[in-house]
Amino acid sequence: MRPQDAPIHASLGVDSLDRALGGGIARGRLHELFAAEPADGPVAAAFAAMLVLRALPSSTPLLWLRQEDAEGGGRLSASGLAQIGLDPARLVLLVLRDPVMLLRAAADVVRCPAVGAAVIELWKQPRALDLTASRRLEMAAEESGVTALMLRVDGDPIPSAAHTRWQVSSAPSIALEADAPGHPAFDIALLRQRGRPDGGRWRLEWDRECSTFRETPIPGVVVPAAASGPEAPQLRA
Amino acid sequence: MRVVALDARALRLGLAPGLTLADARARVPELAAIDHDSYADRLWLERIADGCDRWTPMVSLDPPDGVTLDITGCVEGLLLAPPISARLEQRRATSGRVGREAIVSQDFSTADPDGVRSSARSERLWSGESALAADVEQRLTSAGLTIRFALADTPEAAQALARFQALPATDEAQAIRRLPIAALRLEEEPETALRRAGLKTIGDLADRPTAPLAARFGEGLVDALDLLLGRTDSRITPRRALPALLFERRFAEPVARTDDALAVLDDLAREAATVLEERHGGGRRFVGRLYRSDGAVREVAIETGLPTRDPAVPARLFRERIDALADPIDPGFGFDMIRLAVPAVEPLAATQLRLEGGRVAEEALAALIDRLSTRLGRNRVRRFVAQGTHIPEQQALGLPAVELTDPVPWPQPPAGEPPLRPLHLFDPPQRIEVTAEVPDGPPRRFRWRRIVHEVVRFEGPERIAGEWWRVAVNHLPDPPASVLRPKPGRDAMDCDEVEVADRVAVPAKGKPLLTRDYFRVEDVRGRRFWLFRHGLYERETDSPDWYVHGLFA
Repeated sequence: MRPQDAPIHASLGVDSLDRALGGGIARGRLHELFAAEPADGPVAAAFAAMLVLRALPSSTPLLWLRQEDAEGGGRLSASGLAQIGLDPARLVLLVLRDPVMLLRAAADVVRCPAVGAAVIELWKQPRALDLTASRRLEMAAEESGVTALMLRVDGDPIPSAAHTRWQVSSAPSIALEADAPGHPAFDIALLRQRGRPDGGRWRLEWDRECSTFRETPIPGVVVPAAASGPEAPQLRA
Repeated sequence: MRVVALDARALRLGLAPGLTLADARARVPELAAIDHDSYADRLWLERIADGCDRWTPMVSLDPPDGVTLDITGCVEGLLLAPPISARLEQRRATSGRVGREAIVSQDFSTADPDGVRSSARSERLWSGESALAADVEQRLTSAGLTIRFALADTPEAAQALARFQALPATDEAQAIRRLPIAALRLEEEPETALRRAGLKTIGDLADRPTAPLAARFGEGLVDALDLLLGRTDSRITPRRALPALLFERRFAEPVARTDDALAVLDDLAREAATVLEERHGGGRRFVGRLYRSDGAVREVAIETGLPTRDPAVPARLFRERIDALADPIDPGFGFDMIRLAVPAVEPLAATQLRLEGGRVAEEALAALIDRLSTRLGRNRVRRFVAQGTHIPEQQALGLPAVELTDPVPWPQPPAGEPPLRPLHLFDPPQRIEVTAEVPDGPPRRFRWRRIVHEVVRFEGPERIAGEWWRVAVNHLPDPPASVLRPKPGRDAMDCDEVEVADRVAVPAKGKPLLTRDYFRVEDVRGRRFWLFRHGLYERETDSPDWYVHGLFA
């Protein structure tokens, strides 16, 4: 039996979200995360790290692939990752020269079953990234069981073979005492999902201690109660 | 302008180094002169020394124009024989360049060190030192060099004989005694003094008691004399450290294809695996050296995170490395020798597969990291190591992952708090323009990258002082008016951000370190920033600057 026959879903800790996904985030698949605006890059990166924590809670290795010029817009900080709950000792960071080099390395990484998860961070709209490239990654992920997260900042969705596609944007946090900024909070929208209805928006907060998402209401938006049903209203961001 | 060096034909015409160029031209009007380039000469000499590696791993430079080889143990039947040394000198301008020459000298004197013994695995030992010298001469001559060589007991004797021997002598001691005192390579002053005293050859000095010589001409003379006459033990310092293991293949017909050369490297790796297994060891670095028949040498090195003796690992990594080379390997007329060196052997016990496969997964990851590091460059694949500092940009150090096989545990963040350190960190921090109610108060509004952000929530300050124990000056603040102020006449936003920020990140020695007050702030749109004010108002600076140092999720 090949592992891709039935993807294992890891619960995200939010019922409505898990229902929409058919049980949670699928392991051993390619998922696309888009930052709504370039300034939402950190939130999207954090969401990727949190998905890894949910999908693979044990200490399996995580490989993070970045481009050199993305490093100029803020280095990935190990202490920042530790503050989200991801142990930097799990992390191997690859800093690559250009998207071609990055996608080639990504294919190698995703093919290796010893890797738990891979975050492939791409900025702008690289020409090297096309349907073929994403299909190659998706198939490699299915074969090896590596959970691959394609993180796109400052780029537009193109046709791809990804299992799910998300959009992430920052949201005001729930203030702590003395009006201090609270835990990480963001809005996510499920733009596309293979084999299941897409649509749905959630405002999530991250709880590091329990390593889980918590849903918080979005002011002014009625969250579809049955987002998993085919008749659920489909909201697109 | 003076003549530095001459080729053989010019020497036959009676010219000599040291002449002025005008004099030389007056004697030989058709003289072709080329500017002396000592750097190029040096590179050329290094290249020749690289090529000399094929005879012995013990090669040292004798600048400006000599190479000394220690050929102890490289000649059959001489392992226990009294040491002999050889030296080659080459005296001709290559490619028409006047002023290039090289001396190669060889020396059999030092004892057979451990590392060379493994090179005795090589398939061929020379039948005698003269055969070896003939091979050296033939190869270097065909590369367009003129060579003088000498064999002697000690490196100094070999060097002196190659440079100064004029007439053949019956034995080595006799030849050394006939050398002029210039062979001692002394400073100008003692040499002139010797000449004035009527002492012209080494033989004149050798029989005299040393104490009066030292008293009159200096200790340097006696030391040089002792070295030359072999009275003190001396040996060459090889250019490269000797590898722990060395394997080589020589070919009668050069190997003309890179693929074939790789196949030979695989064979050598298998040989290495056998020896490593006997020693219960593994290698973490493998260096392949390809010797082209025209003297050029190409080196390909790979490294692994965990010690290994599996011949498949270097085989695969060598291919990765060669694929990733910026300038591909040019076999030219072919390689006539291929070597594989294992610089260091690390202990590696035989392992048994665990049932649950934990070890296998670890090794598979290490293999992936090795492969990526080999192909992309070792600095592109990093792991983070926590540093014992509270300066945010210095807390984590990204080190090459091949060096860190065991991940280091990371300090846990305090429980119950939201993230206190940003996910994306700017290094250097970026300058911003801040509006605050009071100069030492929290920020109300700030402008970064031409966008104004309204602060709705903040927490702070978290005060991080400079590491005063790292600078020489007293840590008590002594406000430097000009250290971090924008240049007059320029808008604060246009101020050269990098220049200023560099000073923030790495305080120059002697400058007082400013305290940073960090604020976590959130703007209207829910974006969270990490800002800091650089310098305590009125205590350290009158107009503190603001920076954004990171972005929270």
